[in-house]
Amino acid sequence: MDGAGVEAALAEAHRREWAAVLAATVRVAGDLDLAEDCTQDAFVSALQAWQRDGVPRNPGAWLTTAARRKAVDAHRRGRLLRSKLPLLHLDADPEPPPPDDGFGDDRLRLIFTCCHPALAREAQVALTLRLVCGLATTDIARQFLVPEPTLAARLTRAKKKIAAAHIPYRVPAAAELADRLDAVLTVLHLVFSAGHAAPSGEQLMRPELVERAIDLTRLLSTLMPDEREVRGLLALMLVTDARRDTRSDGGELVLLAEQDRTRWDRDLIAEGHRTLLGALRGGRPGRFTLQAAIAAVHAQAPSYTDTDWLQIVGLYDVLLAVWPSPVVRLNRAVAVAMLDGPAAGLAELAALDDGALAGYHYLPAARADLLRRLGETDRAREQYATALAGAGNDAERRFLQRRLAELG
Amino acid sequence: MSQYLILIYEDESFYATASPQVLEEVMQAHGRFNEQATSLGAKILGGHALQPTGTATTIRNDVVTDGPFAETKEALGGYYLIEADDLDQALAVGKLCPARAGGVEVRPIMVFD
Repeated sequence: MDGAGVEAALAEAHRREWAAVLAATVRVAGDLDLAEDCTQDAFVSALQAWQRDGVPRNPGAWLTTAARRKAVDAHRRGRLLRSKLPLLHLDADPEPPPPDDGFGDDRLRLIFTCCHPALAREAQVALTLRLVCGLATTDIARQFLVPEPTLAARLTRAKKKIAAAHIPYRVPAAAELADRLDAVLTVLHLVFSAGHAAPSGEQLMRPELVERAIDLTRLLSTLMPDEREVRGLLALMLVTDARRDTRSDGGELVLLAEQDRTRWDRDLIAEGHRTLLGALRGGRPGRFTLQAAIAAVHAQAPSYTDTDWLQIVGLYDVLLAVWPSPVVRLNRAVAVAMLDGPAAGLAELAALDDGALAGYHYLPAARADLLRRLGETDRAREQYATALAGAGNDAERRFLQRRLAELG
Repeated sequence: MSQYLILIYEDESFYATASPQVLEEVMQAHGRFNEQATSLGAKILGGHALQPTGTATTIRNDVVTDGPFAETKEALGGYYLIEADDLDQALAVGKLCPARAGGVEVRPIMVFD
């Protein structure tokens, strides 16, 4: 096979198999760091071997065997003696568990370990991207605009804590599963959001993060088919991502109201709807499912004005009941403004506690927009200026500057 | 099994002004804590309450000074040394540890090999 073909096969395997290879290697390595090194080595040696012998029929199995063999070799050479770290806390059996132990996949253990509540959120995000998605430290640092040494130190510290504090490598018991799963979903959503509206920098979107987040949520949804919130989050991502191409025009931010709806990805929206129906079936929906439902109402609407705002406000009410977040209140106020007029929306915003949303530039941006629609130009100008000071990425900044200029 | 220290940090003024009834409740809570930890499968290896930081003496570079190492609103007021399967179990024990005027910190004990 030609070099390009092998490289493509390897890239595909990296995206699809990295987590499985690393998770299976952890059992032999007994240490996340070593498992990570061996997995990395396996991918490096695959390039040469596959160019020589052709791409194996089951690349994942080939890579797993290679990575595990490297881990065994490393132990044999006593390489672990170098690191003074205690071994990762595995449940007794060094062999892979039987596939019918209820959580038949080591990838789940890996995900739950990376998102353990004893780790800071930013460490959870970095670990998940590095260990579960196999993103290079350089790439993660670039995506989150953190200096690489900072990101590397964050990862090292987190891995040290996992080993030294004996954070267990397992899926939590039923009693804590809901809380722990929520942490995992929060991390995935954070990765998606960071890709969808980059917190800072020149670009609005970071498609790689969006795709990784969707891949991982899909995987989680396959591994935990009974967890409805996982499907809810997947639905939310799919329906939101269906609008990706219309969210910016030549690098300029295009609001939902002005997006070209004919260019929304109808296949993704349809898949999102099917996934959402599954998430809604069988009990009270959680916060991700409800956000997906809101996104789905938008996706169905022929235009921004002709959106079922009554239903949207109703869904925000249910969402607020399960997730009383000031950001939800802010979004609800925007929907109220569409339903009952800008003055009603402003009244809702006035009731919002500025303290909880201090520095959240979407609040002054929303105020500015409603004031503009009411013709209160001076006050709108003030709010645009405040929003501008807080905006993170250049596309959002330019958008706000345009609006400010239009006020005259 | 691994060992962890549960450090109890609380506002000392709470205890200085607490009624005898409240103090009695706290004592009972600590008594129950022992049983609760055991029922989770962990083991309490030891633990003590400390005299308030007003009784502390700090030594730094051979210089002896009156008072705690660092003045904080919530000060170290006691600890338990426990043995647990892993951090999850240790945290479950830590959650049960009485600390109504503050909170606890769970630290793994370092093992030298």
